[in-house]
Amino acid sequence: MTTTRRWLVPTLYILFLMLPIYGLLSMSFKSTNEILGGFSLFPQDFTLENYKVIFTDPTWYNGYLNSILYVVINTLLSVTVALPAAYAFSRYRFLGDKHLFFWLLTNRMAPPAVFALPFFQLYSAIGLFDTHIAVAIAHCLFNIPLAVWILEGFMSGIPKELDETAYLDGYSFWRFFIRIFIPTIAAGIGVAMFFCFMYSWVELLLAKTLTSVEAKPIAATMTRTASSSGYELGLLAAAGSLTIIPGAIVIYFVRNYIAKGFALGRV
Amino acid sequence: MNKTQNNKAWWLVVPVLILVAFNAFIPLMTVVNYAFQETFGDNVFFWEGTTWFEQVLRSGRFHDALIRQFLFTGMILAIEVPLGVGVALTMPRKGPWVSVCLVLMALPLLIPWNVVGAMWNIFALPDIGLLGYTLNSIGIDYNFTRQPFAAWMTTVVMDVWHWTSLIVLLCYAGLSSIPDDYYQAAHIDGASRWAIFRYIQLPKMKRVLTIAILLRFMDSFMIYTEPFVLTGGGPGNTTTFLSIDLVKIALGQFDLGPAAAMSLIYFLMVLLTCWAFYTIMMRNEEQ
Repeated sequence: MTTTRRWLVPTLYILFLMLPIYGLLSMSFKSTNEILGGFSLFPQDFTLENYKVIFTDPTWYNGYLNSILYVVINTLLSVTVALPAAYAFSRYRFLGDKHLFFWLLTNRMAPPAVFALPFFQLYSAIGLFDTHIAVAIAHCLFNIPLAVWILEGFMSGIPKELDETAYLDGYSFWRFFIRIFIPTIAAGIGVAMFFCFMYSWVELLLAKTLTSVEAKPIAATMTRTASSSGYELGLLAAAGSLTIIPGAIVIYFVRNYIAKGFALGRV
Repeated sequence: MNKTQNNKAWWLVVPVLILVAFNAFIPLMTVVNYAFQETFGDNVFFWEGTTWFEQVLRSGRFHDALIRQFLFTGMILAIEVPLGVGVALTMPRKGPWVSVCLVLMALPLLIPWNVVGAMWNIFALPDIGLLGYTLNSIGIDYNFTRQPFAAWMTTVVMDVWHWTSLIVLLCYAGLSSIPDDYYQAAHIDGASRWAIFRYIQLPKMKRVLTIAILLRFMDSFMIYTEPFVLTGGGPGNTTTFLSIDLVKIALGQFDLGPAAAMSLIYFLMVLLTCWAFYTIMMRNEEQ
């Protein structure tokens, strides 16, 4: 391929990626009348009205707060319990380790649709229905396996001599683990947290099934609005545009590790 | 890495085990319960044996959804894999543009799935959406809410938009592990562009590409939110894939027995693919 035209393919591809996002953004700055009046490439009378509604109406902004709350709880929980487990998988052989590792993976791959109804019954039975904790725990189903796999990938890259030297120096396991090992794999922990955050943020089926009012995620608020209160496209577009921001901010920090995360720590 | 045998390592895994098992075992047992029994409420169950399984496996509706699912997965793989490899090969390898490309390309992967559906719904609206309006104004009659073919194409293009970057990122990671010396050596030998791809780049990408294809296969097999928001499975049932059909039966019609039986069959298929994934990945790792 000639080097002069190489840039054309990625540029066209990125253009293709940006078009629908542009459509959404441009619609979020239009008034309902203008949207229904016909197509226009740029907003004719630019308005921030849609965003104002979202930031002042509690049913809207609470959706964001709910989502962020359960996503953060889930991320912290998943990574905390995954850390020792990933260490065990990367350093030791133990009874049934391979089967366990495989079983964890199956949960990452399980279709959430299969679990929707039983999850509803289970969390209703233990009285957690419509709480942030319920969604945070339910998302552990796929986020803990993901975190274990990613962290195991990073930990396997660290030579075992580090552990052995520390033990010879008289460190106990937990002291070594917290004081030396965790700082060493800080990058890996960051990546694992990013992916837990992301998968919990984008998932909707379980989050919607497990909540009704108190812990309703923003994504579910959007679905309801689309169907019940007429066709408020501008509002919908504004809410959608705002959900892109968290991902767009954090993505910059993990750009060099992002492939490793998607490959479950196996690149 | 040579690992030490130590059964005490189990203690480190226990918290993970408890949390995941709580989420996986109890619901799965509920599904098994429903799959073999009939209930009229009040926690009264009657043993049904394999009736539900036979009913599901014989039903035309299940076959149709399964065929649609395979067709969809096949189509998106046929588009996303070559496109992803192509973009990864032409991406800049050094310089400030690398970060720009990576960040922009990863953007669709981080958007909530129903927002992806809503975004494409807005994008494709025939009279006021950017795509729909453009297509119609250049003379193509396009309306994805009424034409099955248009609905299919929109769903496929949406998935290509959403997930091709995953393949790009993984292939790019594989490509950037190739030392510059390789290219220089190939250049001195006068290797053609194709020879470089076939003998230097493809072998380095093989591992990540396998992972990418299997991940795309499995994730597209459980796709739910995006097509549900975009088309709602319609027009008619034309874009009703397995997950959408399952949720319709379970939560829409509340036919718990057939839904549970279908869940188990579905789960078994995913488990099988998962096993293939694991085996291939572990074999790769040992090499």
